[in-house]
Amino acid sequence: MIDYNVAPFEVVRDYDKCVNCRVCERQCSNEVHHYEEGFGKMISDSAKCVDCQRCVCLCPTKALKIVPNQNSFRPNANWQQKYLTEIYKQAESGGVLLSSMGNPEPFPVYFDKILINASQVTNPSIDPLREPMETRVFLGAKPQNIERDADGKIVTKLPPRLRLSMPVMFSAMSYGSISYNAHAALARAAEKLGIYYNTGEGGLHKDFYKYSANTIVQVASGRFGVHKDYLEDGAAIEIKIGQGAKPGIGGHLPGAKIVGDVSKTRMIPEGSDAVSPAPHHDIYSIEDLRQLVYSIKEATEYKKPVIVKIAAVHNVAAIASGIARSGADIIAIDGFRGGTGAAPTRIRDNVGIPIELALGSVDQRLREENIRDNVSLVVAGSIRCSADVVKAICLGADAVYIGSASLVAMGCHLCRTCNLGKCNWGIATQRPDLVKRLNPDLAAERLINMLTGWNHEIQEMMGGMGINSIEALRGNRLMLRGVGLTERELAVLGIKHAGEV
Amino acid sequence: MKRIYVREEWCLGCRLCEYECAYANSGIGNIVLALKDKEIDPNVKVQTDGKITFAVSCRHCDEPLCISACISGALGKDETGAVMVDRSKCVGCGSCVMVCPYGAVRITKEGTANKCQLCMNNTFGEPLCVKKCPNGAIVFEEK
Amino acid sequence: MLLEGEFRNPAGCAISAIFDKTGALFSGADIIDSIAVMRDRSNGLGGGFACYGIYPDKKELYAFHVFFTIHSARKDFEEYISRYYEIDSDEDIPTRKIPEIVDEPEIRRYFVYPKQKYIDFVKTGADECVFRTVFAVNTEIKGAYIFSSGKNMGIFKAVGFPEDVGRFYMLDSYKGYLFTAHGRYPTNTPGWWGGAHPFGLLGLSVVHNGEISSYDANRRAMEMYGYKCTLLTDTEVITYILDYLTRKKALTFEECAEVIAAPFWERIDRMNEEERARATYLRDVFSAELVTGPFSIIVGFDGGVMALNDRLKLRTLAVAEKGDKVYMASEEAAIRRVCPSFDKMFYAEGGKPIVYRVKGGKQ
Repeated sequence: MIDYNVAPFEVVRDYDKCVNCRVCERQCSNEVHHYEEGFGKMISDSAKCVDCQRCVCLCPTKALKIVPNQNSFRPNANWQQKYLTEIYKQAESGGVLLSSMGNPEPFPVYFDKILINASQVTNPSIDPLREPMETRVFLGAKPQNIERDADGKIVTKLPPRLRLSMPVMFSAMSYGSISYNAHAALARAAEKLGIYYNTGEGGLHKDFYKYSANTIVQVASGRFGVHKDYLEDGAAIEIKIGQGAKPGIGGHLPGAKIVGDVSKTRMIPEGSDAVSPAPHHDIYSIEDLRQLVYSIKEATEYKKPVIVKIAAVHNVAAIASGIARSGADIIAIDGFRGGTGAAPTRIRDNVGIPIELALGSVDQRLREENIRDNVSLVVAGSIRCSADVVKAICLGADAVYIGSASLVAMGCHLCRTCNLGKCNWGIATQRPDLVKRLNPDLAAERLINMLTGWNHEIQEMMGGMGINSIEALRGNRLMLRGVGLTERELAVLGIKHAGEV
Repeated sequence: MKRIYVREEWCLGCRLCEYECAYANSGIGNIVLALKDKEIDPNVKVQTDGKITFAVSCRHCDEPLCISACISGALGKDETGAVMVDRSKCVGCGSCVMVCPYGAVRITKEGTANKCQLCMNNTFGEPLCVKKCPNGAIVFEEK
Repeated sequence: MLLEGEFRNPAGCAISAIFDKTGALFSGADIIDSIAVMRDRSNGLGGGFACYGIYPDKKELYAFHVFFTIHSARKDFEEYISRYYEIDSDEDIPTRKIPEIVDEPEIRRYFVYPKQKYIDFVKTGADECVFRTVFAVNTEIKGAYIFSSGKNMGIFKAVGFPEDVGRFYMLDSYKGYLFTAHGRYPTNTPGWWGGAHPFGLLGLSVVHNGEISSYDANRRAMEMYGYKCTLLTDTEVITYILDYLTRKKALTFEECAEVIAAPFWERIDRMNEEERARATYLRDVFSAELVTGPFSIIVGFDGGVMALNDRLKLRTLAVAEKGDKVYMASEEAAIRRVCPSFDKMFYAEGGKPIVYRVKGGKQ
């Protein structure tokens, strides 16, 4: 059988610079490079290259680069090469195409079409280096009534909440889809920064119980790793109804990654594929969700906030409205650009809606129904930089989750082959020799650095707008203007066009 | 004094440390010219038994056996406590090689002894193997 | 031409207030003199006054002050009101024709009280009835605008310099225990009189100097609670926030200051446990009511007055006391003009409310 597929990448080695140190050979888990003894030079098999950039980064003389394979099919705006390649793959295998990480297709990125305000003359900007600039956020429901005691003092009892030093948390990525070391780095960074990380649906490894004050434990449809101590050990419990990368279906971890501790933590046999069911089989309707929310609250004595995570789909506003009345304290919405360890390509690339539009619509709908105070909103999918965070908060979010951005901080280069389990950066793999490559001390430091930088940038942008506490930015849509957006898009986002006062 | 310590749980056996060491001590500013078509003999070497890997270099012992063994006074401690070798004085007897419990000193093809000198004898001033290790497996610390 | 409310009009301003701590009534002439001193802070595009205690013989009735910009709106308004309210009396608000004030709409006042069946329907009291009526009229009856709706108090405003507005409304003929004043310097041209300040709702009136950066976050929160921000001004949303906090959430004015000019976390974190829990509670629960950006506000309410600066103290606000009288203004000069010597003078501190109440008056 002929292989119709050509390698997507080409390894280009500058032989004038290459010193035959063989570091590339030692560090490529796809076995692309090897030293040909007889010829005294390095040979690269481009067909195996996934463009993870490991060899490029490590080469001491910077002799390597990975470029797209210029071999081209005849240009066709409709039948783009990728559609042909995908058909060849399916004609050979008969399987469902699988992909990793978020939707890479050229749908509009609304964050890149939104601009932020700054104050001048009529209202002074505030200098974050010299004045307090507060990014502390509380997530949770607001109480319905103010109670006073016999002396007239306010009774300061509040529903359970999370306290964040800045409006960013690490998104759910399961132990199994990412490595033990990656989880260790996320947990340490969350603790150091005063924010939270999320276990994802892989359960919680017992070594990480000591970070419980900064851990959100997830209960997904497969209920992997869910037992009494698990629920007790989270600062909050997240019911995962869906995720942005694959709305409507459950998580998928191939059996090859279910080994050792992964299998123990998930409480399933080694080597078995962990395919989560599409719905929670005890949530077939909104009233069932309410029952589950309260079951969890009963089990944890009403001491922890419950988060419900949904994917952004067409009627997300109506779904969010239902969730806001179900007793949940926080709603997490994951847009269609959200990342994943593995998802069917067609679902990842075609199902769901952008988080900016979902957020605009949900925040407005909850306010119209006078239930915005019942919940906090956390959004994800995909937040790439501090400006995205500011824009999301102006649109109405209380905080954001970052998934892909955290992995990138730790070294991921978005080669999107996580599902193969050979991540050269030690992130999306369970092979011990590869997991070793992610030193949690270094990775945690990188995460802390990135978010420290983001926090300063957020403070600079806030100060520029004349705002010194982040709660005054939440839902403050007059601070945003769209550029190059249609009337409808502006209406859904609830913002004006640039140039309008 | 600060010394180079190895954390073998993070060593990937990539050997970048060896090449960076060779470059640092080459006296040539451009890394390509320093390493191209040359057989390297670095002061740090990655050892492995197939399962564990780590980089071995001079420990700069508090009581160095090599200095006691040296017959020509080529080996000695500087004011920071680091063990330095003056190759012009070395006669190539190999006594230091025999007594070093770590195998950290060797006779090079020039016939004289050489070993890690914490990059204090080259333009970098601070150990390049530490700086270039991609996974924090080599650190430069005071303990 | 767009009316104020169809666009947002950032402005700079002058504010002033005079209050008698015993509740004794005095003439409105002084407040006109006081605000006139600060003429340079206005640009003639808006001025107004809030006067308390001016209708003592009708003090149990709500005094609606209404603008009619379309003649037929008056009939629609009166027909609407008479369905829900007993109308004690109504008249044109007397004015003096002066060349500086032009293009005035029809200005009338109605002394009313909600009918019992309306109170029973609303269930939460006469104030809530008036609250709903004000929004209903202002959003649904085109050409009619209720700009004052309190008991034994009234707001008088127009497009013009405030001292001219004061003469126009013949304020020197009124006697009250509290007068607040406002002169406006908007950066867009307001189209009509309703956009001038003070802004009032029920017995609350607010005069404000500053521009708040949290405006849209505050507006969207207030709209969720049923307040419609028809004017898109900072003063309007601040008034709604204060009405919401005091009337619907039963906070005191001092507690309101802790919400809208909340202390910074670095101060809260250093407080003792009880105070820290309280300050954290208020900031967390009322996070959408925090007001950021420079502001000086003088809030008039039934029986008292509050002055407050933003917590970074980015606007001026001077306060003086002499005998039973209290004077507040954006500038010392405005106080000295009507009170050349005083017992003490001080400037408001950022975030700390200054509240005076009539002795024996209600909270």
